[in-house]
Amino acid sequence: MSISSQNTQDLTANTTEASLTERRRRRRERISVSLRYCLLIIFGLIMIYPLVWLIGASFKSNNEIFSSPWFWPKEPTTQGYVDGWKTSTPYTFGHFFLNSMKIAIPKVIGTAISSTLVAYGFARFEFPGKKVLFAILIATLLLPDVVTRIPQYLLFRELGWLDTYLPLFVPQWFAWEAFFVFMLVQFLRAIPREMEEASRVDGANSLQTLIFIVVPILAPALVSVCLFQFMWTMNDFLGPLIYISTVENYPVSLALKLSIDATEAFNWNQILAMTVLALTPSLVVFFMAQKSFIEGISTGGVKG
Amino acid sequence: MGGDSKFLGLWYVAPYIIGLLLFTAFPFAASFLLSFTDYNLLSAPEWVGLENYEKLFTRDRTFKKSLTVTLTYVFTTVPLKLIFALFIAVVLNYRLKGINFFRTAYYVPSILGGSIAIAVLWRYIFADTGLMNMIIALFGGEPVNWFGEPANALFTITLLRIWQFGSAMVIFLAALQSVDKSLYEAAAIDGAGPWHTFKSITLPLITPVIFFNLIMQTVQAFQEFNGPYIITEGGPLKSTYLLSLYIYDEAFKSFDMGNASAIAWVLFVIIMSLTLVAFWSSKKWVYYAGDKRS
Repeated sequence: MSISSQNTQDLTANTTEASLTERRRRRRERISVSLRYCLLIIFGLIMIYPLVWLIGASFKSNNEIFSSPWFWPKEPTTQGYVDGWKTSTPYTFGHFFLNSMKIAIPKVIGTAISSTLVAYGFARFEFPGKKVLFAILIATLLLPDVVTRIPQYLLFRELGWLDTYLPLFVPQWFAWEAFFVFMLVQFLRAIPREMEEASRVDGANSLQTLIFIVVPILAPALVSVCLFQFMWTMNDFLGPLIYISTVENYPVSLALKLSIDATEAFNWNQILAMTVLALTPSLVVFFMAQKSFIEGISTGGVKG
Repeated sequence: MGGDSKFLGLWYVAPYIIGLLLFTAFPFAASFLLSFTDYNLLSAPEWVGLENYEKLFTRDRTFKKSLTVTLTYVFTTVPLKLIFALFIAVVLNYRLKGINFFRTAYYVPSILGGSIAIAVLWRYIFADTGLMNMIIALFGGEPVNWFGEPANALFTITLLRIWQFGSAMVIFLAALQSVDKSLYEAAAIDGAGPWHTFKSITLPLITPVIFFNLIMQTVQAFQEFNGPYIITEGGPLKSTYLLSLYIYDEAFKSFDMGNASAIAWVLFVIIMSLTLVAFWSSKKWVYYAGDKRS
């Protein structure tokens, strides 16, 4: 009798103590959560403000840009866009956008097709030298471009390709960017082969199987390949800087550099307006497909 | 697959083999050979042995300066960026509402960051009358000469790269989220505090992604070009004249292909040695789950 009452007492003592630690734990959790939100919001604002300011300032007059660090324009004007679009060259900014597309479209398509073929080869077939070749593929992921750039230039110069877009996308037709191949191989390895085997049993050859069975399954990964390649192409500066020499052929990145050289110190709003436009395609693409981007990054790992 | 010839796979990877030979292997070998020549595009390359290298390491002051700047840049940018990325990932790794929103917001700069447009923006933010100095003035501070002072100039470029911590952060976050929750519960029962838990459980478990991020970011930082080219143009007093700029100038402005190749090879050897050191040392500090070694 006395023993059991002792036990009950212990038990109640234990439960009050448990609810106390539970309460303490909850309080600590609440503090932790609010601290985390504070940090995230403060850093988030610092991170995003330059972009917000950029957009706001592109609608300000030149005098107003220098008058306050606040982003909201007091007297919004599109003068920056109107003047910036004309550029200091005989061409409008639209012309340079078109040039960028002339690089991006063949590059993206070539990357998608060649990377799919090569990834299929690596992921689904055994062939002599496969191990060595795949090891080389991984090694080239880490190979700095700087060491191949000069002879590449000499090669394209011999071919008479200088001041054309060919040097900027032909290598990509040969699955030159190992990163994309690697990403697709990883993706393919995770897909079971039953459907492909069934289609082979039904008499389809390997290419038909690739086109009608594998590509549809691969579609989400292919979309991220295309999006990444598109954005990297829009961001690429050094490539066009080396290969493109006449203003008529400039893509957006070079045109933007040209406009800071030409209008330096006077017309900030023009430059900022064109900066906004130059970023727009990448931003649009990113927000259209941000989910597949972030998933692609966290599974494959990516430069950037 | 069953009845296929054992060479069928080779057909599919053929584009890669051709591309590898033409655009990677041949240029790789050629640049090595070129680094022992004097070649200005006008006359045939002339073999000069080790002269380019000898000049770089004994007489070339620009090279010495540029190498110092590059190493300073890499060894400040990479650790700062990774620490910041890991810090934000840890803060985000909690049952928070709106985690996806923050993840996206933090990721936007690294999507745009490589763009020339962002480098242009940076130039205007840190200009004498730019956004940064206006904000400093708002708080009553003295304007800072960001691009005039050598120490500040390199710092603005470092800041630009830290600003793009997003992709490293997303990779850290994915790793943090895959840490087995029962380990944390066990640690809590043993009475471990948050810092202790982080140090002895979280950190060891995410060493593979720390290693991955470290290598990728280092290789990339050594090749930084857009930032210094657009924002500071290598100045002032060559304080932001990274090796990639020097190589570009030698190759495509002076058309001294031999010397440019030699510099590129020095840079390549530095990157490769650091990568090898990282791989070699990784046996000691990178923990792979299920690996018997640890």
